[in-house]
Amino acid sequence: MLLERNDSPPSGALLRLRGVTKRYTSGTVALRDVDLVIGRHQFVSLLGSSGCGKSTLLKLISGLGQPSAGTLDWPAAPGGARRPELSFVFQEPTLLPWATALRNVALPLRLAGLDRGEIEERARRALGTVGLAGFERAYPRELSGGMKMRVSIARALVTRPSILLMDEPFAALDEIARTRLNDDLLALWQEQRFTIVFVTHSVFESVYLAQRIVVLAARPGRVAADLDVDEAYPRSPAYRTSAIYAKHCERVSAALESTMTAESAR
Amino acid sequence: MIRAKSPPGSRLPENVAAVAAPASLGIALLVFWEIVVRVRGIPPYVLPPPSLIGAALVRDWSLLSGSLWTTLSITLEALGLAVVFGLAFSVLFAQSRWMERAFFPYAVILQVTPIVAIAPLIIIWANNTLIALLFCAWLVAFFPILSNTTVGLNSADHNLLDLFALYGANRWQTLRYLRLPAALPYFLSGLRISGGLALIGAVVAEFVAGTGGTKSGLAFRILEAGNQLNIPRMFAALTLISLCGVAMFLCLTIVSHLALRHWHESAVQRES
Repeated sequence: MLLERNDSPPSGALLRLRGVTKRYTSGTVALRDVDLVIGRHQFVSLLGSSGCGKSTLLKLISGLGQPSAGTLDWPAAPGGARRPELSFVFQEPTLLPWATALRNVALPLRLAGLDRGEIEERARRALGTVGLAGFERAYPRELSGGMKMRVSIARALVTRPSILLMDEPFAALDEIARTRLNDDLLALWQEQRFTIVFVTHSVFESVYLAQRIVVLAARPGRVAADLDVDEAYPRSPAYRTSAIYAKHCERVSAALESTMTAESAR
Repeated sequence: MIRAKSPPGSRLPENVAAVAAPASLGIALLVFWEIVVRVRGIPPYVLPPPSLIGAALVRDWSLLSGSLWTTLSITLEALGLAVVFGLAFSVLFAQSRWMERAFFPYAVILQVTPIVAIAPLIIIWANNTLIALLFCAWLVAFFPILSNTTVGLNSADHNLLDLFALYGANRWQTLRYLRLPAALPYFLSGLRISGGLALIGAVVAEFVAGTGGTKSGLAFRILEAGNQLNIPRMFAALTLISLCGVAMFLCLTIVSHLALRHWHESAVQRES
């Protein structure tokens, strides 16, 4: 079920979208003709202003929505069509308020019907990996915004996904919590080598995190630019203040800017 | 805030105040009532003083306690049945939009038709008065549980519903792990309303029936005492009905608090 993680070349395609269009019943075209190939182990950021269909694109990838036209397939998966193990992190922590942190993290495993011992053990381990060992019995309302997001990430990772979809996960957090979560997310990604598709509207965040930034234009949503950020990992906090980081930001901002001027010109 | 300014250790006095304030007001009112009745010489068959009502309560306790038990057991049985049917139908509605559309209007009709108007019919149709009373009480207690729980089952966070779909949860799992817990606060507030309504239903139906069957309830005692112009006993029965209602409300409030204290805003103490 899981893909081979470590011995396949990073260039291997995990996900392929061809001519993907999403038209809602209201007639709104959220996405038009999106072609996109996402490689294994890649950290891809989808960047765009609101209304560019970033979230819609994530929904389609997750299988929660179906494209109106075009195809979406998983070339590396046996059979090609079957979705590999996939997790989703929403903008809100989206936890069960009546369940402890441990039970929240255990939820996907319980739904999968694993046996109790294994569920408990894996959920504990996942909480540990996000730095929340000792908070197993805490209820969501007792946790800070950043900690709730960590629980949400632990829940996403507990199934050992091949691909992690994140929909502006840190947008509602304060600067300090966001910075720390950015670093911890990168560490987890390097360690566990899953693919990340990270939706954001922050140029700085995407340049700090991603290897590749796909800039989307709005109304209808389409790919406007596909930029690489060739900086080695681990990216230290010094990277944030370096000249090279500023240059990447400038380049990405320019690409984002041009989608907006193109839009207002029409 | 006012709380923050109050001196340390103010928590206990505040709890005492929560009980002491209404209690002292009540005592003051009773004393006032007693004095007015005595000073103005109001005859007990118009307005008996609290002391006489208390005396009647003690003197007629063997009679009244039997009736109290009858009324209370009808109320609790009706509430129990309302919980069972309310939950069953709301789960059914949550599973099928079609069912909800078909049944819900009739539930509303049952609710908006005054129980006093239907009670005579029910009493005619049912060959057992006790069953008729139970049915009337159930009828008024059923709807708040049904409608609240239905809203609650549909109020689960949409992202969480997506999450469940993503992990391939089946209907039963979504109900068990998401919809039912999400509906719990709604169900409990419906239950508190229904508790009071079940008591009202049981009393109203007995008034209409004019008889409690073999075992008379408190409503029948009121009618009976009224006919005999035994007004203190009438008041004593009335007091018991009120106490019943208050006790039920308190119990259900405690149940609700215990069930929700870990997570729901309504039950969580705010830090000052």
